[in-house]
Amino acid sequence: MINANTLAIDSDHTESAHVENREIKAFGFWIYLMSDLILFSVLFATYAILGKNYAGGPTPKDLFSLPYAFIETMFLLFSNVSCSTALLAIESSHKKRALSWLVITFLLGLGFISMEVNEFYNMIIENNGPDRSGFLSSFFTLVGTHGFHVTTGLIWMGVMIGQVLVKGITGPVRSRLARLGMFWHFLDVVWVGVFTIVYLMGVL
Amino acid sequence: MFGKLNLSAIPFDMPITIGAVIGALSLALIILGLITYFRKWPYLWKEWLTSLDHKKIGVMYIILALIMLLRGFADALMMRSQQAIAAGTSYGYLPPDHFNQIFSAHGTIMILFMAMPFLTGLMNIVVPQQIGARDVAFPFMNSVSLWLTAAGAMLIMVSLGIGEFSKSGWTGIAPLFEKEYSPGTGVDYWMWGVQLGGAGSLMTGINFLVTIIKMRAPGLTLMRMPLFVWTALTTTTLIILSFPVLTVALALLFLDRYLGMHIFTNDLGGNMMLYNNFFWMWGHPEVYIVVLPAFGIFSEVVATFSGKRLFGYKSLVYATLAIMILSFTVWLHHFFTMGNSPGVNTFFGITTMMIAIPTGVKVYDWLFTMYRGRIRFTTPMYWTIGFICTFVIGGMTGVLMSIPPADYVVHNSLFLIAHFHNMLIPGALFGYLAGFSYWFPKAMGFRLDEKWGKRAFWCWIIGFYMAFMPLYILGFMGMPRRMEHYWNLEWQPYLIVAAAGTALILLGIICMGFQLLVSILKRDANRDLTGDPWNGRTLEWSTSSPPPAYNFAVIPEVKGIDAFTEMKEDGRTMQLQDQYEDIPVPKNSSLGLVIGVTTFLFGFAMVWYIWWLAVAGILATVSVIIIRAADDDIEKVITADQVKQIEAEHYQRVQAVRGSMPEGSPGL
Repeated sequence: MINANTLAIDSDHTESAHVENREIKAFGFWIYLMSDLILFSVLFATYAILGKNYAGGPTPKDLFSLPYAFIETMFLLFSNVSCSTALLAIESSHKKRALSWLVITFLLGLGFISMEVNEFYNMIIENNGPDRSGFLSSFFTLVGTHGFHVTTGLIWMGVMIGQVLVKGITGPVRSRLARLGMFWHFLDVVWVGVFTIVYLMGVL
Repeated sequence: MFGKLNLSAIPFDMPITIGAVIGALSLALIILGLITYFRKWPYLWKEWLTSLDHKKIGVMYIILALIMLLRGFADALMMRSQQAIAAGTSYGYLPPDHFNQIFSAHGTIMILFMAMPFLTGLMNIVVPQQIGARDVAFPFMNSVSLWLTAAGAMLIMVSLGIGEFSKSGWTGIAPLFEKEYSPGTGVDYWMWGVQLGGAGSLMTGINFLVTIIKMRAPGLTLMRMPLFVWTALTTTTLIILSFPVLTVALALLFLDRYLGMHIFTNDLGGNMMLYNNFFWMWGHPEVYIVVLPAFGIFSEVVATFSGKRLFGYKSLVYATLAIMILSFTVWLHHFFTMGNSPGVNTFFGITTMMIAIPTGVKVYDWLFTMYRGRIRFTTPMYWTIGFICTFVIGGMTGVLMSIPPADYVVHNSLFLIAHFHNMLIPGALFGYLAGFSYWFPKAMGFRLDEKWGKRAFWCWIIGFYMAFMPLYILGFMGMPRRMEHYWNLEWQPYLIVAAAGTALILLGIICMGFQLLVSILKRDANRDLTGDPWNGRTLEWSTSSPPPAYNFAVIPEVKGIDAFTEMKEDGRTMQLQDQYEDIPVPKNSSLGLVIGVTTFLFGFAMVWYIWWLAVAGILATVSVIIIRAADDDIEKVITADQVKQIEAEHYQRVQAVRGSMPEGSPGL
């Protein structure tokens, strides 16, 4: 391998190279999302198998409140609407509008996570924590993993808000925001599954 | 401050372990001392540790694999020697506690830290070159994969000297691995080490899938891809689909052990069988993850050294794809005996038998490629022929065990041990070793010594038969796996033969060491100046050895299978251009290595319950990722003039060799 004796210069490729690069990254991110989907399917399978092992403890009907879960869901769904709006503003290079929609998305996501943490907290202080039964272990794992992903998304969004503020809407920033959008929508799709299987089917 | 960690964690009372630790540490100190003495640190740092060049990352992967091969083999030596003597009133030299750690470490290391890095290294060196690409899709992520794998391997190595390793097998045994039954640090070392290595493998999978799908040279359609690229594509697909399952299985175990959950426990609503299902839903595809790339290597080697196009290219591709799909439908055959209904067992028995069909197709394709070919018996070809003969035996015993009633008889006996070693040693390791000697000149610029290579082969193959054929017989005689002592003296003669076979394999490994040493010393006599030492057929042989950082100055145009052979026939090789383009290549980055260090610290901290360090490790890792993700200046450019100079130098070297060799010599 040749001892690359090279000049370091700023990346100034042609626009087409940028587009190609962005496409490759988006494709790679898709593949990652698909493997993440497998991760969630395994957790859903765990819930399907352990979800009725109450071990004498509480059942979904005792623990879940549908209106509460519904409001939680609305937070996440509307955060997706605002995320899309933010991405549209990015596409048309409206920095201020994009920033405000990103902040709104962030706050909605934060609202979702706060509600989830609150739900977990109340269950744990009533001695219905994840160590109570197989059902609760698999519940906390499935819902918690989703929550962990949303938290990661929030950190990412915070970083991207910072990048838009500092760097402006550059090519790489656009490309990163596009992937963040994919991630955020993906989490929404997974939540629809969680809401249906855990909350709706558990309570109804 | 240090969690559970204190001085009693170091096993001073176990002389064998302490000896191994002192040996490993002094070897490491000697190597570090030599690097310092020769002032090679800047070179090592700039050219290797921080490099994002896929070829160098590949070489580092293979170095890791070879080191771990030594460690895993040392475990094998101890097991075989213990079983050879620990019969009747003799108890051998290994206490049960230590023996259990050894067989758990042997499996974990050989599969996850020998086979995986070896195949990833070969893929790194070869795949981008075979598809006419200048790099992989995500060079930085590639470096992160490497250092995560190294961090996992390091965690397993550290368990030797600080604390203990898992005693519940490389697969993990539910509920033995739960906190209640395994309160020590062993299971945690195993879990976190595998978790880190698995994360690295998943990233490799995504990286290479995208590389192969998106970055092929013009004209290189899917049905023109070299077989090794095909097998790399199927392997990466399997990695992406199956590794998340392992990640979840181990994460759930983590929750059981650290937060007292009840997922794989046998009380309060846990389900032990769930673990077995999850583990083998990953574990069986994993077998094909390590075997398929080796099949690709054999295909390349057979075609090159028979001087023929691969027989039945299409059937090989379809067989590969069939194996890929079937590999997801057989996991249950790992626990036929666990009380499934006959219908379930029958289904999985039949799918298991079906895998033999595409595999058989492959064997015939390789044989027919050789038929009426002009075979050159080089070291890679030796490994290939040795593989075909040996692998077929393993395949037959596999089909035997796919019949559930027959499996009940030999389940968890040494017959099973013999079977899967009979698949994985020829089917994976021989392939990697064939690839190692086949592509060594491409990666390093000089050929390996043939004489020592063949000696290594003969020791390995004879040693293999001696070590594992007696195990089949012992399986029929009813000897279970994982015994550190036994009372049945009839078993002992066979185990002595097996131990002798292992000694012969040791000799083979020593020969491999000599081969490397001799080749490095005589490298000037064995230089590969043309870049095409074997009269190769695929694109990687069209570059210089070792190739420049950008691989291809001009992206080649592919017109059929065996792209380079066609270029040679059309006289399209080695043409100097008047004008080249500027080529961007990734800048070095130390952050991949940093992530390796921080995740290692995180893993170590989790094993020992040092919570502040775990939090610090995670925060550091996340910060590094954020810093890297915000960096827009990650490429440097090799200018057209520099490219021209590099290409002209290579051209002159080739011309000089051409002038001094008779017409029709190989490699021209």
